[in-house]
Amino acid sequence: MSVQGEYMGMMLTLDDLDHENIDFFRYCFEGDFRLQRGAKSGLLRYPPTTACPWTGERESQWVAVEGKGTVHSYAEVHHPIQPAFRDKVPYMVILADLDTQKGAPSEHEALRVAGNLVTADGEFAPPEMIMRVGIGTRLRMVFVTVADGFALPQWTIDEAAEQPESPWRYPQE
Amino acid sequence: MAESRIGDIDASSQKFLRGKYAICGIGETSYRRGSDETTRALGTWAIRNAMADAGLNAGDIDGMLSYSGNDSTFSPFIAGDLGIRLNFYFDVHGGGSSIEGLIGIAMGVIEAGMCKTVAIFRAMNGYSQVRIGGTGARSAVPISGDQIHHRAYGWQSAGQMFAPTFLRHMYDYGTTPEQVAHVKVAHSKHASNNPKAYYKQRYTVEDVVNSRIICKPLHLLDCCVETDNATCIIVTSLDRARDGAQRAAVIQSVAGRVCKPRADMHYQHGPISTVAGHYAKDILWPNAGVGPDHIDVTGSYDAFTFTSMLQLEDYGFCKKGEGGGYVSSGIIDLGGGRPNNTSGGHLCEGYTHGMSMVIENVRQLRGEADDSCPIGRDGKRQHTYDHAEGGCRQVQGAELSANLGWAMPGTGSAMVMAKDHK
Repeated sequence: MSVQGEYMGMMLTLDDLDHENIDFFRYCFEGDFRLQRGAKSGLLRYPPTTACPWTGERESQWVAVEGKGTVHSYAEVHHPIQPAFRDKVPYMVILADLDTQKGAPSEHEALRVAGNLVTADGEFAPPEMIMRVGIGTRLRMVFVTVADGFALPQWTIDEAAEQPESPWRYPQE
Repeated sequence: MAESRIGDIDASSQKFLRGKYAICGIGETSYRRGSDETTRALGTWAIRNAMADAGLNAGDIDGMLSYSGNDSTFSPFIAGDLGIRLNFYFDVHGGGSSIEGLIGIAMGVIEAGMCKTVAIFRAMNGYSQVRIGGTGARSAVPISGDQIHHRAYGWQSAGQMFAPTFLRHMYDYGTTPEQVAHVKVAHSKHASNNPKAYYKQRYTVEDVVNSRIICKPLHLLDCCVETDNATCIIVTSLDRARDGAQRAAVIQSVAGRVCKPRADMHYQHGPISTVAGHYAKDILWPNAGVGPDHIDVTGSYDAFTFTSMLQLEDYGFCKKGEGGGYVSSGIIDLGGGRPNNTSGGHLCEGYTHGMSMVIENVRQLRGEADDSCPIGRDGKRQHTYDHAEGGCRQVQGAELSANLGWAMPGTGSAMVMAKDHK
């Protein structure tokens, strides 16, 4: 069965044939962040793919991964393009390096997981929260429900973690 | 661990097509907003202009290629409008970084004996129909499957998708907004000497960094223009090109849609401040038999100021990390050592998904930049090489050009052309 839900006015659809994405977002709905691990390579991958990027092997296993990471880079949108985001600006799109498998299998590789900066409750971050976040900020994952069996992973500041003194932000505020 | 590592293959091809094919004709419509014409009409007009430029009739063209994002008219309709019977055509999906690759495909199909001369076109109402900035109808389409991992986060338009690369370059190398703004300053200077340019006004660094933020680090003036236009480039063998009406622009080397590892989501494989040119350069330069130091004029794709800078750096025009210094040194300005996008490019002239940057370099290699210099009794422009506002746009002694096409940080195409001395 396909899964569909309205999220901020956008219709998001997972076709019934799209087993990888259906599984990924169902685990998120259960508050359980899982990634595929190639049986042969032993490597995790993101986003969900049909086969292992390193071996081409199809066999994989969904493995629970800790939703903690560091901002690798970001986009900070001030002029919205999609109608759904018109009243959300400014908002951040974050690419976070997961702690798990960072720097593997080669130095510059990491599981770079996308998400918006949100509050601990999953609301879009207010401007004063955005100002605290830059490259190097420690994050933890939260989940925002779209529909039954379908949630999106999002990022919030990991208040329990040790944070860099001044994370790198674009110089013009 | 993985059995084999990606990215370690030797992708360089054989070099025997170097200097064997050429661009013999170029054509375009005006660069406008509100064309009040179909893409079919625009495409037909651009090809007709290119045929006239090349001195070709309908019977001389038997191949056609086009690219679009489902926002154009397919080749058979336009061929019909021009009285062309096709021996070959393909209409492919794509935007920036298509043209250099398609020129390579045209060379290949002619080499294979499938046809003799190929007209490549891009027709688009990028302002009045399908907006290139991604606003309007394109912004609100339903989202499914793999797209959810970006579009659901408001990560959709080109600027939004590329911003992590741009910001990470600033973080990794200390690149400043002011340095990168010089790309707009240079291209606007060039556009002021281009009667065809949509925006002819010259801008300063202060104008750029004081314009409103669209998506950090992009200010309004770091972003390209949206226009309605069609463009055409005709490719044939050098022998046939030499029978034509114009001095040939000889194709020395092409690289087409070269990708970083993990093309499905290129950010997985860093450094993310490195773009596809890092890989494409190893095909481009050996096949051309020249290097960046030999190039007189560049056409580094300027969807944004940053894209020109990143590509010039990764193709080796400066050391890695020094792109900000390179573009702010004056070298990319007309009158500088190696001007970039002398037509004003996508930031100022008009948006064509890379076609107009190749067209401009063909004109530069002919020595016939269509500026406001007077036309002499021989019908040729009498270039003054005074690049003051409203003046000359011709690069003196242009012998070799490089086009660096951009689709996204993870994908790019490139081409080297030489002036023909027959």
